[in-house]
Amino acid sequence: MSVKKKFKGLSDKAVAWLFIGPSVFLLLAINIYPLIYAIRMSFTNFYANKIGREPQFVGLKNYIKVLNKEAIWEKMQVTANFMFWTLLLQAVIGLGLALLLNRKFKGNELLTTLIVLPMMLSPAVVGVFWTYLYNPQVGLFNYVINFFHDFGSFDMIGSSVLAPWSIVIVDTWMWTPFTMLICLAGLRSVPNYLYEAAEVDRASKWQQFIYITLPSVLPFLLLALLFRGIENFKMFDMVVELTSGGPGSATELASINLKREAFEKWKTGYSSAFAVILFVTIFGFGNVYVKVMNKIKER
Amino acid sequence: MKKIMILLFVSLFSFSVNSNAKSITLGWAAWDPANALQELTKEFTAETGIDVNFEFVPWPNFADRMLNELNNKGKTFDLLIGDSQWIGAGAVYGHYVKLNDFFDKEGISMNDFSPATVYAYSTWPKGSENYYALPAMGDALAWAYRKDWFDRPELNSEFKKKHGYDLGVPANWNQLHDMCSFFQGREIDGQKRYGAAINTERGSEGITMGVTAAMYAWGMEYENPNKPYDMEGFFNSPQAVEAVEFYRKLYEDCAPPGHSDAYMVANLDAYKSGQVAFQMNWYAFWPGVSKEDSDGRVSGFFANPKQNVAAATLGGQGISVVKYSDKQDLALEYIKWFARPDVQQKWWDLGGYSCHNDVLNSPSFPTSTVYAQGFLDSMGIVKDFWQEPTFVELMLPMQEAIHDYVVNGKGTAKGALDKIIEEWVEVFEADGKL
Amino acid sequence: MDTSRSYLEPSSFSKKLAATIIIVYTVITLIPISWMVMTSFKNVNSAISYPPEVFFEPSLEGYVNLFTNRSRQSQEYLDSLPPPENWYEELVRSREMVITGPSKFLGRYSNSMIIGFGSTFASVFLGALAAYAFSRFRVPLKDDLLFFILSTRMFPPIAVAVPIFIMYRKLGLGDTHLGMIILYTVVNLSLAVWLLKGFMDEIPKEYEEAAMIDGYSRLQAFFKVVLPQAMTGIAATAIFCMIFSWNEYAFAVLLTQFNAQTAPPFIPTIIGEGGLDWPAIGAGTTLFLLPVMIFTIILRKHLLRGITFGAVRK
Repeated sequence: MSVKKKFKGLSDKAVAWLFIGPSVFLLLAINIYPLIYAIRMSFTNFYANKIGREPQFVGLKNYIKVLNKEAIWEKMQVTANFMFWTLLLQAVIGLGLALLLNRKFKGNELLTTLIVLPMMLSPAVVGVFWTYLYNPQVGLFNYVINFFHDFGSFDMIGSSVLAPWSIVIVDTWMWTPFTMLICLAGLRSVPNYLYEAAEVDRASKWQQFIYITLPSVLPFLLLALLFRGIENFKMFDMVVELTSGGPGSATELASINLKREAFEKWKTGYSSAFAVILFVTIFGFGNVYVKVMNKIKER
Repeated sequence: MKKIMILLFVSLFSFSVNSNAKSITLGWAAWDPANALQELTKEFTAETGIDVNFEFVPWPNFADRMLNELNNKGKTFDLLIGDSQWIGAGAVYGHYVKLNDFFDKEGISMNDFSPATVYAYSTWPKGSENYYALPAMGDALAWAYRKDWFDRPELNSEFKKKHGYDLGVPANWNQLHDMCSFFQGREIDGQKRYGAAINTERGSEGITMGVTAAMYAWGMEYENPNKPYDMEGFFNSPQAVEAVEFYRKLYEDCAPPGHSDAYMVANLDAYKSGQVAFQMNWYAFWPGVSKEDSDGRVSGFFANPKQNVAAATLGGQGISVVKYSDKQDLALEYIKWFARPDVQQKWWDLGGYSCHNDVLNSPSFPTSTVYAQGFLDSMGIVKDFWQEPTFVELMLPMQEAIHDYVVNGKGTAKGALDKIIEEWVEVFEADGKL
Repeated sequence: MDTSRSYLEPSSFSKKLAATIIIVYTVITLIPISWMVMTSFKNVNSAISYPPEVFFEPSLEGYVNLFTNRSRQSQEYLDSLPPPENWYEELVRSREMVITGPSKFLGRYSNSMIIGFGSTFASVFLGALAAYAFSRFRVPLKDDLLFFILSTRMFPPIAVAVPIFIMYRKLGLGDTHLGMIILYTVVNLSLAVWLLKGFMDEIPKEYEEAAMIDGYSRLQAFFKVVLPQAMTGIAATAIFCMIFSWNEYAFAVLLTQFNAQTAPPFIPTIIGEGGLDWPAIGAGTTLFLLPVMIFTIILRKHLLRGITFGAVRK
């Protein structure tokens, strides 16, 4: 380290802080400060649209209200259901596609790029154009389904039974390429000699898959699911534009409900408490998940 | 590459800078009358040299976005055609300029405008002589129907055999239901048709504006007339419950498939694509609907049917000057121009609903269009949702509870109304009214 | 090696089977996007015909409707106007309507561009500085700082939107380009830092050390040696940041109203004259998605890295 002193200009330490400082400052100002502010507001009865009225300290009242509200648990259940099915479908289909793509046939790079397209699109805009595809009168989706089996006119978005599936389908369509890409990277990281050795030991293809392929891909798959899990817990844009939480509140995810409380009813204090609870949940689950993931990796 | 980027940026910025010394911005909802107003305003610009920019916000976000802008004391708008329910907030929070002095100075008299519209769109507190807007667009919820189908003898005789009276403008909601369910699933000209496109939208105010059309007709009151904000037994009275149950029945028996989140645009679509015999919608759209009759389609229109009482859901807006605008003088000039009887007449001709007595009382008015008489009738019986400053908070629980009951089929009508009252009490308490 | 290939390489039958399944999947997955593009070239009636029309007479009506406001008027009134001046006015008149003015689409689209470019530039610049420091220097609590930067990405946008909304209102940043640029810069910082750190790690230290021995200062070495070396990585990172800003919806819908509103909250609100206008929505969607599709194709080699914040590199 002492060698560095010989160079001219600012010391390394100064450069380091000069370089990192602005980013950390911005993150503190636009992310951490608001978070602290939200925590503070969560203990008050603040209404952001009522200017000039002093908020009062109400202690834990907002938290108690959130946790006791039956509707909130319904929303959490909707979120959990959405996460379970999207993650399951994306893991299975994504891994399947990755295994197929790993056969390195001609044109597979072009196909990979094409498959990936949906996940790069704006989720809100995707939500809009799927309302057209799902339209029970003129929609392509319904036409195609009815082409194979005549169910008559069915309403993906309007029926409380089908609506939760309508968002699962769109999310899966959009984000399966994500797990696929990451799994593909996992598959390509498996060294060839493992398979060679297995062949020598006369292991069947199925055994090779169970004992070599799967354990090597698993950490990658888990990583993909972590990213998807966080994203889908926060899910807002696509679902707002597709079903706007309806019918009734059949697809009202936690963050959609939060938006209604915060930006339509303007219950700022109450919604801040809700936000903090969501935040703790996502962080808690995230941490546990990462620990489990690391354990699996170590094995 | 660099040159292209620079070009791009220059063109972008030059585009966003719209330099005209004299220009004002008017905000309204994005719908047919707004486009008609834009057409009408070309004359104002030609006369005065003042450019008018228009910001039309779609209905689902209209209240949200505009009220937000007002709460932020934003300068985007000089003129705002704000919804009738906002007048309380506009006056109490000081978003709107009080227009009394201006009216006196320019000789604009509120007596020249239809009293119902002045009451609904201009005054706060209600019925006082404090004016915060000029009635700009009269409107109420009404119905359109396929007159061409009604006039077919074979359909009429079949209907008469079943129900004992002729197809025609329904005299009450029961008849409306008879007719709607008559058309539900019926094949006409080789296409399957349905009963009625009614409001079911969840996100903003749609289903509330629909269900209240029934509730008012059944005689619902929001509160005890002798004791403000006392809603128990009024808003959830047996009649109100019956009305909500009826609305659900109408939805279940007569709505086309996929009509679970529908408001103005979706109702228009269902009607224009020939799916339904009836649509519920605002008068604002009838000029477009009647002008677009084609392929043998003939539309008839009628005011909201009565049940226990004659009543209709109020729509419509007044035009206000925004307090935070730097160009209030130009904005007032626009209002002065807009209030002129000749401009009001042209406003009606282009598809706007003038509230000016000269237009409404002219002998040729009732026959000037097929829906003109219905409009006059409706404006005499209108009722509005809460116009309280907190009306958004009051609207939201109603939207959720009614949608959950009517569309999602959850719980009971009484339960839904009770839940709404519970939330409303909370809102009024927070606002210090209870 | 040759012998090993014979049993490691999948058989040609299994390759063909895999290729077939993948091609079928690709076709299915692209149908929704292609359908939207096709719809943009339909006219209003053929967009709502059933069964859906695969073959149709192409029309630019959707694009005309996207860029204009129109009002339906009586034939009488239309006849009283001066004759149409150009093809699009003529098209609108033939539908018994008159153009009342331009729509807001162009403005929203350019807002998306201004905010997108502005925030991308800022986050890549700041991110490159921070990434370089993390890559080369011993920074106290380095891992914690890096994790902190990453964790800001986990914040549900709605959760921080309320305080930011209030803060922006106080600072006068609500509904401004600057406010949105700052916001998107911060959201993108975590991605920029993590991705660029990966790219910088791959540049041998020896390069800038050699330059510094030649008399460059640390700053000069960074700007003149390291940055040019990292250009591919910077470009890839920039595109990722751009795509994020371009697609972002939650903050845009909550914090912008008029002046700085971007395209994603605007496109869903496109409605036609007296009814839904699917061709116009299709046209707006197509114009909006086009740049992203092109970027994706340019980016395909770095895709994996970008979407995993550099956690997976190859």
